[in-house]
Amino acid sequence: MPSRKQHRHDQPSWLVRIGAFAGLAFMHIPVLVIILYAFTTEDRTYQFPPPGLTLRWFDVAFARSDIWQALSMSLGVAACATAIALVLGTLAAFALARAKFTGKDSIAALFVLPIALPGIITGIALLAAMKLAGVDASFLTIVAGHATFCTVIVYNNVIARLRRLPPSWVEASMDLGADATQTLRYVLLPQVATAFLAGGMLAFALSFDEIIVTIFTAGKERTLPIWFFNELFRPRDRPVTNVVAVIVIAVTLIPILLAYYLTRPDDEHETAR
Amino acid sequence: MTAAIEFRGVSRVFGDVRAVDDVSFAIEPGEFFEMLGPSGSGKTSCLRLVAGFDSPDGGQVLLDGEDVSSVPPYDRNVNTVFQDYALFPHMTVLENVAYGPRVRGVDASTRAQRAREMLDLVQLGLQGERRPAQLSGGQRQRVALARALINQPKVLLLDEPLGALDLKLREEMQIELKGLQRRLGITFVYVTHDQGEALSMADRVAVFNKGKLEQLAAPRELYTRPATAFVARFVGGANVADATLAQSISGTAQPFAIRAENIAVVPESAAAPATGISAAGVVVAVQYHGAASRWQVKLDAGDVWSALITEEDSRALNGLAVGTRVKLSWPREAAVTLQS
Amino acid sequence: MTLRAASTFFYRRPYWYLALLLVPPLLWFGTVYLGSLFALLAQSFYRIDDFTAQVVREPTLATYKQLVTQPANVDIVVRTLVMAITVTLACAVIALPIATYMARYASGRMKALFYVGVMLPMWTSYLVKVYAWRLLLAKEGIIAWVNAKLGLTGLLEAALATPGIGGPSLSSSYIGMFIVFVYMWLPFMILPMAAALERVPGSLLQASADLGARPSQTFRNVVLPLAVPGIAAGSVFTFSLTLGDYIIPSVVGAPGYFIGMMVYVQQGTAGNIPLAAAFSVVPIVLIFVYLSIARRFGAFDAL
Repeated sequence: MPSRKQHRHDQPSWLVRIGAFAGLAFMHIPVLVIILYAFTTEDRTYQFPPPGLTLRWFDVAFARSDIWQALSMSLGVAACATAIALVLGTLAAFALARAKFTGKDSIAALFVLPIALPGIITGIALLAAMKLAGVDASFLTIVAGHATFCTVIVYNNVIARLRRLPPSWVEASMDLGADATQTLRYVLLPQVATAFLAGGMLAFALSFDEIIVTIFTAGKERTLPIWFFNELFRPRDRPVTNVVAVIVIAVTLIPILLAYYLTRPDDEHETAR
Repeated sequence: MTAAIEFRGVSRVFGDVRAVDDVSFAIEPGEFFEMLGPSGSGKTSCLRLVAGFDSPDGGQVLLDGEDVSSVPPYDRNVNTVFQDYALFPHMTVLENVAYGPRVRGVDASTRAQRAREMLDLVQLGLQGERRPAQLSGGQRQRVALARALINQPKVLLLDEPLGALDLKLREEMQIELKGLQRRLGITFVYVTHDQGEALSMADRVAVFNKGKLEQLAAPRELYTRPATAFVARFVGGANVADATLAQSISGTAQPFAIRAENIAVVPESAAAPATGISAAGVVVAVQYHGAASRWQVKLDAGDVWSALITEEDSRALNGLAVGTRVKLSWPREAAVTLQS
Repeated sequence: MTLRAASTFFYRRPYWYLALLLVPPLLWFGTVYLGSLFALLAQSFYRIDDFTAQVVREPTLATYKQLVTQPANVDIVVRTLVMAITVTLACAVIALPIATYMARYASGRMKALFYVGVMLPMWTSYLVKVYAWRLLLAKEGIIAWVNAKLGLTGLLEAALATPGIGGPSLSSSYIGMFIVFVYMWLPFMILPMAAALERVPGSLLQASADLGARPSQTFRNVVLPLAVPGIAAGSVFTFSLTLGDYIIPSVVGAPGYFIGMMVYVQQGTAGNIPLAAAFSVVPIVLIFVYLSIARRFGAFDAL
């Protein structure tokens, strides 16, 4: 159906217009500034405007072994946490998408709780449990913490997609002779695939960037955000920190953008009516 | 001859609602069977029980004489055309139609060939490579039909398939479907809330109301001899007199129905015909319908009844405007006694 | 057993199928997550022995008592609560023009630009954003530079000298914290607000104009009340995120402690897990109270 351009009698007042654009600009300036600072030649203070621009901090950063260690730790944690999350989140989503049974609402609430409560609660709770159980902090405890809220992300994405699927499609498939596995393979999976991937990418990005829960569960291990956090208080080679910031922005932003484009409702592939 | 489908005392309950309430009937093979009723009457629930998307809480559903309550949909020789067509958007039209053979293990070239034949049967031979989203509503409906028929089911279920089409297309499709059923010779079970559709297409109609089967009969009998007040009103919109009204009109407390076209309108002063029954009232509205006029009269005894009289007779009553008093009269045998 | 037979097996027993799907995630969430929460609760009922500095695992209310009776602790809670509320209010006010413009006046590409423009900062790394503000707020940073150019340095110093909102420098003051909090949670307020505003049918505005209302009256009487669920939903985020945050107060913090910092510090150097646990129960309780209030304003429908 062709869209009708709304004839607007109401035009926004100047106040609203300025407020909107100024607000939007305000939201972007800080990050742009960081990216700028990654190129500054001044290495002791946060002087503005930067006295000069250079690329040498990138070389310095890439030569630092502690940065590489933290980076590989972060990537490893994110990969493991995302793998666990993809399995658990998808199972949970399939179970709850259209089920009706007593206790469903409580279970659904349970699956949302890790991101509903502040990260510090999850962090201190995990630490409390670790102390009570006598478990030491390690790579596994970090992964355990991350996998929990990553599962929620995957669950949210997959269940949203499943709920948009008309139930008649599954019925039609079975009506035509396909059993549950065939229906899953030919009808459900092609539809859910994008949400599954998007959930996985968001989970990866979130795990990579995570600091709050990680601090409690990491002990002596250092992920890149932890490295970063420490640098905030002992600034040595400030511009190197800025370079790492630019790396973090890139590694987290790209999967998120991809996930966003994957999950925008794509009319041709979603509707058949 | 074993019934193609049989319901024996079937019930389906959702919480407090009895969607299907102790329903029993049998559908003969090769019949064009329609299930008619308002929304929530249980007709769609019954259809789903036949298809296998739901199982009964009580009673038995038999296909070809066998109880299928625990048989999943993919093992039943029954196929469905859904109300929203349920075409798979990520497959082409051809792939949609070939889906049935595909999941039963038929090889690619054979099933493509059969799919093309089916598309020709529904006159969509050239649309095979397109996607459902690119087709019109009427075309999608035919794809759904082809997809369901390719498995050569014994029974085809149709869940209000024409609801989304405009009037002209709907009428064309009604004729096509009826012709298709005759040619294929398989049993069609058709669900609709449109009594006009039921009357024009079906061999027999089952009228549902609030989970119960009110009457099962051929269209002609349904129309001329409705069993209950609900059927009388729902099929053809008859005037219905309940016990009290019947008492004041005819003297006995036997509920009856009288079709609008069987009622004559006469001025109040005219003498009552000897063999008829009449009821007096005030004219509330006169609706012009071209060849006929519908007169709405509020009876002294209570309800508003309508009489459908020809244009000639209506002109003869010229002068009887809204607000004047008239008498409605009809021959005694035109009234149909109702059971409830 | 062939796949088809397995399929039919589960078709006849839907509850088995459900159990098969739910057991792994439930097992995980039950033990790792719920288990941890119970451990937290348990720890809050323990206490730390002042002499041995060990956790005494006997149920007691001593830690909670310590929490509510020591004025320093109560200060911490109040300070955090006040910051959470002011941040929420500020976010609501700043988000209003942005959300209104996005939802009602922008269309097509401008609208997409706004949506991506709001979500982009939300998706950018949290730590990087905090760090960016540290740069911005630094004595030699941008804000100081802009201030100097505009001649507002005197005003800034007066603000910083004000007790309760000021601090030694912009990058370690309540004002600074406030600015950073508002910046961080702004997208979380904008998006539900815009969604709620978008759901106001245009026909309502036309009806209002038809009945004689001026645009500002229509806004106040028709649009704003219908946007309240969106505002409530957004406020849930800003409130709970501020309440539990400890990174921002430590990076841009004034001398006074906040709940999050307290939790962090107590479990760290002091090793006083029971007190940390008790402190962390406070935000949980406050958030639940806030959620029940927000629900009455329709927040749950707008999420």
